[in-house]
Amino acid sequence: MSAIIELSGISKQFPGVRALDNVEFSVEPGETHALMGENGAGKSTLIKVMTGALQPDGGTIRLAGKEIRPESPGAARAAGIGAVYQEVNLIPTMSVTKNLTLGRLPRKFGLIDWSAARAIAKAKLARLGVDIDVERPVGSYSVAIQQLIAIARALEDDARVLVLDEPTASLDANETERLFEIIRDLKARGLGIVFISHFIDQVYRISDRITVLRNGRRVAVGTVEEIPSLKLVSLMIGRELEHVEHQRPSTETVTSSKPILTAKSVGRRRLLEPFELDLRPGEVVGLAGLLGSGRTETAKLVFGAIRHDSGEIAIDGHPSSSHSPKSSLMAGITFCPEDRKSEGIVPELSVRENIILALQSKRGWLHLLSRKEQERLTAEMIAALNIATPDAEKPVGQLSGGNQQKVLLARSLVSNPRVLILDEPTRGIDVGAHAEIVTLIRQLAAKGMALLVASSELDELLTVSHRIEVMRDRRMVGEISGAEATREKIIQTIAAAS
Amino acid sequence: MSEKYLPLMATIAVFVILFIAGGLLYPNFFSTLVLGNILGDNAFIIIAAIGTTFVIISGGIDLSIGSMIGFVGVVMANLDSAGWHPLASAALMIVFGAGYGTLVGFIIDFCEIQPFIITLAGLFLLRGMCFMINLDAVPIKNPFVLEFSDMGIPLFGGGWLSSSAIVMLVALVVAVIIAHWTEFGSAVYAIGGDAQSAKLMGVPMRKTTLKIYALSGTYSALGGVVYALYTSSGYPLAGSGLELVAIASVVLGGTLLTGGVGFVAGTVFGGMILGLIATLINFNGSLNGAWIMISGGLLLFIFIVMHRFLVGSLKFRAGS
Ligand SMILES: Nc1ncnc2c1ncn2[C@@H]1O[C@H](COP(=O)(O)OP(=O)(O)OP(=O)(O)O)[C@@H](O)[C@H]1O
Ligand SMILES: [Mg+2]
Repeated sequence: MSAIIELSGISKQFPGVRALDNVEFSVEPGETHALMGENGAGKSTLIKVMTGALQPDGGTIRLAGKEIRPESPGAARAAGIGAVYQEVNLIPTMSVTKNLTLGRLPRKFGLIDWSAARAIAKAKLARLGVDIDVERPVGSYSVAIQQLIAIARALEDDARVLVLDEPTASLDANETERLFEIIRDLKARGLGIVFISHFIDQVYRISDRITVLRNGRRVAVGTVEEIPSLKLVSLMIGRELEHVEHQRPSTETVTSSKPILTAKSVGRRRLLEPFELDLRPGEVVGLAGLLGSGRTETAKLVFGAIRHDSGEIAIDGHPSSSHSPKSSLMAGITFCPEDRKSEGIVPELSVRENIILALQSKRGWLHLLSRKEQERLTAEMIAALNIATPDAEKPVGQLSGGNQQKVLLARSLVSNPRVLILDEPTRGIDVGAHAEIVTLIRQLAAKGMALLVASSELDELLTVSHRIEVMRDRRMVGEISGAEATREKIIQTIAAAS
Repeated sequence: MSEKYLPLMATIAVFVILFIAGGLLYPNFFSTLVLGNILGDNAFIIIAAIGTTFVIISGGIDLSIGSMIGFVGVVMANLDSAGWHPLASAALMIVFGAGYGTLVGFIIDFCEIQPFIITLAGLFLLRGMCFMINLDAVPIKNPFVLEFSDMGIPLFGGGWLSSSAIVMLVALVVAVIIAHWTEFGSAVYAIGGDAQSAKLMGVPMRKTTLKIYALSGTYSALGGVVYALYTSSGYPLAGSGLELVAIASVVLGGTLLTGGVGFVAGTVFGGMILGLIATLINFNGSLNGAWIMISGGLLLFIFIVMHRFLVGSLKFRAGS
C-alpha cells in the first residue's frame, strides 16, 4: 500500500540540540502509527515539522505522493493534516463554536454566519459522538471533553492524517476507551493516525506499526508483532531496562512515628467533603480515584493552595491557624502541581532559575543564593533526575514536555522538604524516567520524607504507597494498606455504590 | 442568557442605577437632554476607547491615544489656517492614524517589543510633535465647525443627539460588527485568550497584530477629529492623560486587562458611567471637580474587585 504521508531525510537543529537527524517516517491510510521515544527524543518536533508548526532544516514531506511544505498549522490543516499537540491547544475563554471554526468561519454577505458556524461545530462534534452546549467557553469543560474538542477541530471534512501527541495523558480509562473507539472509526474511514504516548500498553492496543526515535534519530520501524514491548523499551532507551523489584513497601515501620502533618476533618464546601489524613515521616500515602474525584483538590488543600473552611490542619501537632502555600513552604511542605503549563513552569526562565525559584523565595530575596551554589544545586538535580538539556541556562520552554515535568519535580526537591506532595508526578514521562521517579519516591521515603502522591496510574500508586486513600465524588471513601492493596481492591472501592 | 454577558450586564446596571439616582436627587436630571449631553460630551473619548478595547482584548495596551487626540487637533487647526476644509483634514488625519497604528503593530510583532513600551514612546513622540507645530491654542474658523455642532437629531423629551454622538454611535456599530462578525474579530479574542494556542490554531499573528493597532490608531484619530470639531480648536496639550481615561472606560465596561474577554459595547457604557459621574457632580454644584476623579477611581476599584468575583464564579476552568 502506498503511504498517505511520507517524511524523508527530515533534520531540525535547535541551538545546542540536534532534535531531528535525517528522520524517515511514513503513515499508510487506515493505519495507526505509534511514534515512540524517550523524553526529548524528538517526537513532538517531528510532528510539528509535519504539521507546519516548525520548518525543517532539511528533508521533504509528501502527502499522497505530492511534495508539500506546510507553512503553518493552518495550511497543513487545509491540506488535510490535522494535529492535536501535546498540550491541548484551544482558547479556554472562547466558546466551543469559535474554537472549532476559527480560521474557517462560514460567511454570509461578508459577515460571519453564526448559526451556520454553530451547525458546523455541532456536526464536527457529532462525528465524534459528542453532544455539548457549543456556546459555553471551552474552559468550562473537563480536560477530556477539551481533548475531544481539539480532535474535532483538527479533523477537517477532508482530513487524511490525524496526529495525536499524548492525547491520553490526562484521560481516565473510560475516556481513553472512548478515544480509541473514535480512532478505530477514523481508521476505518481510511485516515492515517499518528499516535504518541508513554503508556506502552495503550500503544499496543491501538497501533499497527511503531517507529522508535532516540536522540533525534530513527532507530527502528516495524509492525507491533515485530517489536514486542521489551524490545521497544530497550530500543527507546538504548539499553535493557533494569528490572526493578517492585516489592510493595510494608506498613509496619512507619505507623509508630509521629505525623508531621495531620488533617482533622478538613474540607471545603461544595469542593471536598471533610476528610482525615496523617502524613508521617518515611511514609508514602497514595491518592487514588477517577478524574474529577477530588485528588488534585485534596493535594492542593493539604498544601494550602485551596483554603479549607472546616476542620483543622496541624503541623508537628500545632494547629496551623492560617494554612497557606507560604506557611506550608516555611514548614518544609512542598507541592508539585499536575498542570505544568498553567501552574508551575516559567517557560522564559532558564532551567537553573526554574529550579532555584521556590528555594530562593523561601529564603527571602535578601538572602540570595550565590551563583555558584545555584549552579551546584542545579547540576545535582539535572544529574539526579536525568534531565535532558544541553545546559542549565536553556529556557525551560524549549525542553521537551517530559523534561519540563522533571524540572518541576527538581524545584520541589531542591529545597529538601520534609513533606512532598506530588500531583501526577509521572504524567508525560517516558518509561525509563518513570522507573527512575518511582525509585526516587521510594528513596525519599526511606530517607524519612513524608510523601503524598496523587496519581491516575494504579500500578504506580501500588508500587510506591504504604497506604492508599481512595476518592470518589470529592469524598475519601476508603483506606487500603498492607496485603489488601491490590488493583482489584482499589477498583472495587472506587466503584462501590455509596 | 449566557453567563458571559454578566460583566456587561453589571456595567449597564451601574449606569442605569446612577442615572436613576441622579433623577431622584436632582429634579431635571432624568431627561433625554442630560443623556444626550453625556453622549455628546464624551463621544471623542468613547470613540478612542472603542479602539483601545480591541487592543486590550488582544492582551495589549495602547498609551498613545491622548497624544493622538492632541496631535490630530493641532494639525487640523493648522490645516484650517492654510485653508483646508475640516473634512479633508479629518480624512487625512484618520489615514495618518491608521498608518501610525500599522507601524506600531509592525514594531510590536516584528521586533517583539512590549506594546506598553512602544506606545509609551508614541505618547511622547506625538505630544512632542504637537509642540513642534504650535505652543498655543489655534482656533478652527471654518464655518463647517459651527454647522457640525448644530447638526443632530432631536430626541423625544427635549433632548438632542449631537453630531459627535452620532459619529460615536456609528463607530460603535462598525466596531461591534468587526468584533463579532468578522474572522479578524475572532482572531483578536483568540490571541488575547492564549497567544501560543492561537498560533498553533493557525491564527495569522502578524496580520492580526497589525490590524489591531491600525484599528486603534484609526479610532483614536477619529476621536481626535471629533474633539477638534467639538472644541473648534487645536491645542497642543489637549487630550493629556486621556489614554488612562480610555483604559478606565474599557475596564469599567467589563473587558479584562489580561485579554481574551470583553465587549465593545461595554466600553461605551464604561465611558458613559465616567461621564455620568462628572455630570452628577456638576449638578451638585457644591462639590469640587476633585470628586469626579475620586468617585471615578472608587468605582473602578469596586468594578475590578467585582469582576474578579464574577469571573471566578464563572468557572472558566473545570477542576481536576
Ligand atoms: N523551541 C525549541 N527551542 C530549542 N530546543 C527545542 C525546542 N523545542 C524542542 N527542543 C529540543 O528538542 C529536543 C526534542 O524535543 P521534543 O519536544 O521533540 O521531544 P519529545 O520526544 O516530544 O519529548 P517528550 O516525550 O518529553 O514530549 C529536546 O532536546 C528539546 O529540548
Ligand atoms: Mg513531546
